[in-house]
Amino acid sequence: TSTVGRPQPQAKGEKTPISDTSYVGIDAILEQMRRKAMKQGFEFNVMVVGQSGLGKSTLMNTLFKSKVSRKSVQPNVEERIPKTVEIKSVSHDVEEKGVRMKLTVIDTPGFGDQINNENCWQPIMKFINDQYEAYLQEEININRKKRIPDTRVHCCIYFIPPTGHCLRPLDVEFMRHLSKVVNIVPVIAKADTLTLEERDSFKKTIREELRANGIDVYPQKEFDEDAEDRMINDKIREMIPFAVVGSDQEYQVNGKRILGRKTKWGTIEVENIAHCEFAYLRDLLIRTHMQNIKDITCSIHYETYRVRRLNESNPATPQPNGVAAQHEALSHEM
Amino acid sequence: MVEGMGEGARGVPLSGHVGFDSMPDQLVNKSVNHGFCFNILCVGETGLGKSTLMDTLFNTKFEGEPTQHNQPGVTLKSNTYELQESNVRLKLTVVNTVGFGDQINKEDSYKSIVEFIDAQFEAYLQEELKIKRTLHSYHDTRIHACLYFIAPTGHSLKSLDLVTMKKLDSKVNIIPIIAKSDAISKSELAKFKIKITSELVSNGVQIYQFPTDDESVAEINSTMNSHLPFAVVGSTEEVKIGNKMVKARQYPWGTVQVENETHCDFVKLREMLIRVNMEDLREQTHTRHYELYRRCKLEEMGFKDTDPDSKPFSLQETYEAKRNEFMGELQKKEEEMRQMFVQRVKEKEAELKEAEKELHEKFDRLKKLHQDEKKKLEEKKKSLDDEVNTFKQKKTAAELLQNQAQQAGGSTTLKRDKERKN
Repeated sequence: TSTVGRPQPQAKGEKTPISDTSYVGIDAILEQMRRKAMKQGFEFNVMVVGQSGLGKSTLMNTLFKSKVSRKSVQPNVEERIPKTVEIKSVSHDVEEKGVRMKLTVIDTPGFGDQINNENCWQPIMKFINDQYEAYLQEEININRKKRIPDTRVHCCIYFIPPTGHCLRPLDVEFMRHLSKVVNIVPVIAKADTLTLEERDSFKKTIREELRANGIDVYPQKEFDEDAEDRMINDKIREMIPFAVVGSDQEYQVNGKRILGRKTKWGTIEVENIAHCEFAYLRDLLIRTHMQNIKDITCSIHYETYRVRRLNESNPATPQPNGVAAQHEALSHEM
Repeated sequence: MVEGMGEGARGVPLSGHVGFDSMPDQLVNKSVNHGFCFNILCVGETGLGKSTLMDTLFNTKFEGEPTQHNQPGVTLKSNTYELQESNVRLKLTVVNTVGFGDQINKEDSYKSIVEFIDAQFEAYLQEELKIKRTLHSYHDTRIHACLYFIAPTGHSLKSLDLVTMKKLDSKVNIIPIIAKSDAISKSELAKFKIKITSELVSNGVQIYQFPTDDESVAEINSTMNSHLPFAVVGSTEEVKIGNKMVKARQYPWGTVQVENETHCDFVKLREMLIRVNMEDLREQTHTRHYELYRRCKLEEMGFKDTDPDSKPFSLQETYEAKRNEFMGELQKKEEEMRQMFVQRVKEKEAELKEAEKELHEKFDRLKKLHQDEKKKLEEKKKSLDDEVNTFKQKKTAAELLQNQAQQAGGSTTLKRDKERKN
């Protein structure tokens, strides 16, 4: 191996002085990548799951500082609780400092709202797998698109009602099934009904129950890339689930206009970390780990689906008995 | 509108800072952690300064000895180096064509180059088709840029150059350069470049165009496009010019400074190849050249996409079908081999049976002989026995007669005896 000499510090846009003989310019690739990313834009697909009334729409609007939730898009539709779980997705183009993003919010009305909620995660599981399937079908085409449209669910925010006791069987069942196919970020919804002590003990209980049931939520320990990653993620794992409060109303507090919820006993400032953990959730989902969330979806959850799909025999066309063995042979040969 | 994002998305204004503007940084950080890969193929006759140019471009001494001119064919030699500049780690692979242009018959020269490029595509395709795959940690060996070294004759392209570039232009990004261009005068160089460009155009050779769709680099790229092919000079030797040490080639009549843009286009090449378009070269390789290879390869193997109305053919299903076919053929071959084996065994058996039969016959013959002999002997024995019997009879008869004679003679003898006595 050989190394190149250290470059002289360069100001952007300055022409390389001829006397600088040791600078090659390999690090210019970072700028090239940034340019390409700005030109192409990003996609982000987030699903919200939880019983009705837990503030899912409000939280989405708060997170993305814009009316992105389904309800905001269809404000006049009479809100009724559907008889089964429905999957409704709504997309928006947003732009910030030249960075463009196609944000898709996937709502799941009807989840957990029936009397009998058995298997209410199944339509959700099916939806998630259908997105993987759509991507896979596009990927294996002969003539495929330059950029395959990514509708895969990158992140599923699961809303836990602020009972303060423990997880309900529905919560456990849902997360147990879904954590295997998608990144789950559990949050304690409407956390302004819990005192700080209640909140902490609730969180501890939840973490314990997740551990006891073998549920791996994001960020999953096994996907930490290196020691630095692990350190950062350990801190996050000690804080989840984030206790959040959402709001799209602005109030005047100490001369500043901030998002909050005004009550008779005070105003809860959404972005104040002394009041609730919304800011941590926002930072995790958007400002620091968005790319990582997408990467885990792409290189782990999707790949797991793909392996399973390519290994099973297609139920649509009945196959003779030798096919399973041939698949084995195929995977060995390949 | 966000490019290529599909329809149905509406633009919404943001009422505050959300923070996803950090996404390009997140993406760049991830790439920095992973490191980058860049693979350059240098095609050109021996002695055109390919190795020196690589050394000069990357400011380092790559290993390697100058190759001899007596190679029997064209081979490709690739070397991978790990370079680092600030926080960027680059895995650079330089592939050299060894022996290109040295043979008397150069008809097949381009073949090993095409095969090499295809082999890298094939390796990637195999990885992509695997069931359990690790694409994000795959070491990409596909050629991102092909520097084609043109000999500084000053006249025109050689037919070998045209043929080779034509074969390569749909497989790799070609950047033609005039090597050792300090051998050409300025005026000759301008004419040479024009001639080369027009020959490339008239022969339909598609060389790599620096991209002009992004405003931030459109201008510089389109200017550079008009300077192709770049006339370069390479050197790792340093010469003192004024009070600076510069890379240069020193002649009695003057010094050619590598990084002096009035002397040669080296700086332009470095700018285009590394500092401005390295990422685009990688992207074109993946989205254009590799996709073309993949499409052709899969079609060759008999896969096809169906029209959007009917259910799309799953690659897996078609692969299964192909697999069945293949297994069927295998079985058939196995059957054939088995038949052949059975046949051979039969033949051998027949042979052995033949031999056995012969042995039996021999045995029978011998037995018969033996029996004949035995019979003869028995007959002889019988005749001998008969003789013996006859003899015995005779003997018995004779004895009887003797006895009778004796008795008569006995009386006779008695008489005789009596007579004697008297």
